[in-house]
Amino acid sequence: MFYREAGQFKTTYQGDQAVFPVFQDKIAVILVILAAYAVPLFADEYWLQAIFIQFLVFALMAIGLNILMGYAGQVSLGTGAFAAVGAYACYKLTTNIEGMNVIVAILLSGGCAAAVGVVFGLPSLRIKGFYLAVATLAAQFFILWLFNKVGWFYNNNPSGTITAPPRELFGVLITGPSASPEARYIVCLTFLIVFAWFAKNLVRGRIGRNWMAIRDMDIAAEIIGIRPLQTKLLAFAISSFYCGVAGALMIFCWLGSAETEAFDLATVSFRVLFMIIIGGLGSIGGSIMGAAFIILVPIFLTNFPPMIGLDISTALQKHLEEIIFGVMIVFFLIVEPEGFARLWQILREKLRKWPFPY
Amino acid sequence: MKFRKLVLATAATVVGLGTFAAAETAKADEQFFPMLVYRTGAYAPSGIPVANGFRDYYTLLNKRDGGINGVTVTFEECETQYKTNLGVECYEKLKGNGPTGASLFNPYSTGITYQLIPKASVDKIPILSMGYGRTSAADGRVFEWVFNPPATYWSQASAVIKYFARRAGGYDKLAGKKIVHLHHNSAYGKEANPTLEVLAKRYGYKLTLVPVDHPGQEQASQWRQIRRIKPDFIFMSGWGVMNQVAIKEAAGIRYPMDQFVGNWWSGSDADVVPAGDGAKGYLSTTFHGAGTDFGVHADIIKHIYGGDAAAAKENKVGEVLYNRGVVNAMFATEAVRTAQAKFGKKSLTGEQVRWGLENLNITQETLDKLGFKGMVSPLKITCEDHETMGPVIIQKWDGAKWSYASEWLTPMRDIVRPIVEADAAAYAKENNITPRTCK
Amino acid sequence: MEFLESILVTPFIEIWESPYYFTELVLVGLSTGVLYSLVALGFVLIFKASGMFNFAQGAMVLFAALTLVGLMEHGVPLWAALILTVAVMVALAFLVERLMLRHLVNQEGLILFMATIGLNFILEGTGQLMWGSDVKRLEIGIPDQPFDILGGKILLNTFDVTAAVIGALLVVSLAVFFQKTPMGRALRAVADDHQAALSVGIPLKTIWIAVWTIAGIVALVAGIVWGAKSGVQFSLSLIALKALPVLILGGFTSVPGAIVGGLIIGVGEKVAEGFWGPALGGAIENWFAYMLALAFLVFRPQGLFGEKIIERV
Repeated sequence: MFYREAGQFKTTYQGDQAVFPVFQDKIAVILVILAAYAVPLFADEYWLQAIFIQFLVFALMAIGLNILMGYAGQVSLGTGAFAAVGAYACYKLTTNIEGMNVIVAILLSGGCAAAVGVVFGLPSLRIKGFYLAVATLAAQFFILWLFNKVGWFYNNNPSGTITAPPRELFGVLITGPSASPEARYIVCLTFLIVFAWFAKNLVRGRIGRNWMAIRDMDIAAEIIGIRPLQTKLLAFAISSFYCGVAGALMIFCWLGSAETEAFDLATVSFRVLFMIIIGGLGSIGGSIMGAAFIILVPIFLTNFPPMIGLDISTALQKHLEEIIFGVMIVFFLIVEPEGFARLWQILREKLRKWPFPY
Repeated sequence: MKFRKLVLATAATVVGLGTFAAAETAKADEQFFPMLVYRTGAYAPSGIPVANGFRDYYTLLNKRDGGINGVTVTFEECETQYKTNLGVECYEKLKGNGPTGASLFNPYSTGITYQLIPKASVDKIPILSMGYGRTSAADGRVFEWVFNPPATYWSQASAVIKYFARRAGGYDKLAGKKIVHLHHNSAYGKEANPTLEVLAKRYGYKLTLVPVDHPGQEQASQWRQIRRIKPDFIFMSGWGVMNQVAIKEAAGIRYPMDQFVGNWWSGSDADVVPAGDGAKGYLSTTFHGAGTDFGVHADIIKHIYGGDAAAAKENKVGEVLYNRGVVNAMFATEAVRTAQAKFGKKSLTGEQVRWGLENLNITQETLDKLGFKGMVSPLKITCEDHETMGPVIIQKWDGAKWSYASEWLTPMRDIVRPIVEADAAAYAKENNITPRTCK
Repeated sequence: MEFLESILVTPFIEIWESPYYFTELVLVGLSTGVLYSLVALGFVLIFKASGMFNFAQGAMVLFAALTLVGLMEHGVPLWAALILTVAVMVALAFLVERLMLRHLVNQEGLILFMATIGLNFILEGTGQLMWGSDVKRLEIGIPDQPFDILGGKILLNTFDVTAAVIGALLVVSLAVFFQKTPMGRALRAVADDHQAALSVGIPLKTIWIAVWTIAGIVALVAGIVWGAKSGVQFSLSLIALKALPVLILGGFTSVPGAIVGGLIIGVGEKVAEGFWGPALGGAIENWFAYMLALAFLVFRPQGLFGEKIIERV
């Protein structure tokens, strides 16, 4: 009923190749975006600062990793390191260059992350699959060690941490402690929408097709004339760019201050990996849904017992939360190994025929 | 058996607290204390006793004194697992609780402290990072909202060097001595390095910095390095499993335990117990007593555990980190008491509690009255000095309990304070803060 | 230039000048390496038999050690606690097969990997829920005395030696089990080709339970050895991370690879930390192990002993 596509004809190629060819999809996406921008009107500081901004940052990172893993088929566990490169680069750029626009700094730091990503992407030419995954851990450990060790990266301050300085955009503070959560939220949301849109178009085009060809069988792809070197490294570069931007946002808009520990394997790399697997490999929307799942479920599980008036000790609650979360992951993988993206697809198919399935 | 008892005890506490909270909500005047705890995860062995200490002291105040001057103490735990991202969530969740919001935050994690420092002045909630966190927060002119009494890592390092000098037989004997700083390779672990380097220049000892990566389960090569250096003293800034392994490894290379001094996060019961007899004689710094021989413990056992010393022991009463939690809770509640003298005996806001912290003056009489006689030194915070450079003492593990092994050592103010002020000034410049003037 | 000299020249001179220190590091590295091999073996067994990259191996180490020490704290004697813990690990293997593996047949490697991360959460949560998150002392009577050789020039520890011997015994018996027993042959058959193994009548489910049980026992031994050193606590589950470079170095599918890889990584990281660490600022062990493995991989992408990857279009 909602998804009646009958009567929607395309008369131009452009119309046929639009990102959302179906009218209802277009409306839905516009509504979701509008709703997302309206969130600050309703949400309180806890939700904005602790949950939504975190979600936006991780969604961006998940899109980045999904480009690399879902589309180009290169398994990586170095997400945390690439995010750290972005964060530290952004810190250096904003604190050392007078009058640097913070948005420009964030984009430039994405560029730094991309450069580092390319370097650590080089082994992917020879190493594949899980071997590559574990090899990217070398990046993870080495980069964090370096940032921790070399004082230059954190301006030699004795605390060894980086802190986001207050910076304005159009006269509104968007980073630093005094920036309102609403402003930070809007900045992160805009970044996510623009980058998701860009990614969506990227993977539909020639580059995306090359990536998928490499993913499905790199030898065959090479034979039909796709250059594996450029294609794989480009995937690493763009993926790291996304991760770097997300890392910069992580410090500047979400955490405010951090040491390298904030980017470690368990807190970042693995979590982002969960997101894209739960969300669906090779799907931009799936990355966002996966991020929502991984961020929101533990928070829900923490807040649920007090909500229904159950007063259990914090430790017990945390352990139960871990167990339930683990069970959910396993259960979900058994039920739908291809993730939310696939579930959504099934639902959409059902909606097209509803209420008269033939 | 033990497990069942533990479950029963937990259930009883939970039910007790539950009914307690339910009964007290009717009252208007209450003071809310948020608790960022880590009872699970890699650092749980250190987090559990601290959290228990806080909880027991707050409960004790309610049961024994009916709160702080009649204002009920309420508190809520939030699990951080020592992770920064969960710390932010907990902070945002708890900061608005209670009738007047959170009184103050005790982050109990370097990472979380650094994150909360910039937020504190915006949200107008003070941070009490007792003996950890940002050292330069000792300069109250720049860091109005952050308090780190009684001593920072830098002060601690200077006191340890003082101790080494006494052991060596005078400062002049330090020249040429070899000292190793074995540290956790993180912002926290590296904290003491600059001070130790400055002092090395002054006294001429040879300093070697040996970092250990998180988590520190493997330290074989570090200890072989130490065996090769043959240091006269080792100072350790460890955390979590690193402490236990280091003590075990030190015994493994026959390093004399009485030349091995941990900082105050490397000297709790959980750190020495796994090493068994090998840990006998191990030293660590502290700024408060360990054990249950103090007045406050008698009260805690009587009011909270119903006189059952065994149950109290199960809950870690008297362990070093438990006592640290108790002392920290006492500082926090005394700050509220101080503020009440000015603002009235009602629920106070974070801003008012901050005033209380800045004018906190815990005299020997107060300590005696509260049952902390011989456990902590008196403390007087001022507008300029949020640290107070309280005295530090060395404690020794004899295989069963900790006892004092030195006299109280005052940190070297002339060395530490200038570095503190320089760093605070740099921070102020970077973040456009105009330091206030303290009259 | 000076920096390059300090990492390219000086360490070698030092190795030449301090042979005893070097030997000591190598010996310590070997004894640690055996333990890395042990954890890596747990991975290899499961990977061979079910194509599953079992991330929960670390959590299994924690879970097994916690169960053992938890039982002992309740007054169960060591031998009984050991038997009970093994029984628990068997039950775990059974549950994993029943509730997880069976439903995930024919899934991609990545999905299986993800499922084991879920299992990792479940085990960590359950272990701590049952036995608490406190550090527990594990005293099982492994002698722990330093002793001198070569007139005090080299110092070793009976604990390390015993641990290495236990590890080596277990590794050897596993290798024999694989090569000589009917069960081992069945396991290898399954590893080679699931369908062919099924068609000659090898019960896949039994094999899976067997493999997970063995992995559980390997985890228990690793947990005992490490737990005796640092106390049983959460960080035991992080040991899995130390085994990963061993795996890529040795190859995911090779038992000898896990053994040799463990020794290379063990010795490599200790020597690197000892001689290159000071010049680079220390604490280089973690990334060094990965870099070393990566360097090997560039020359042999399937690991030292891994099966050669043959690709067809």
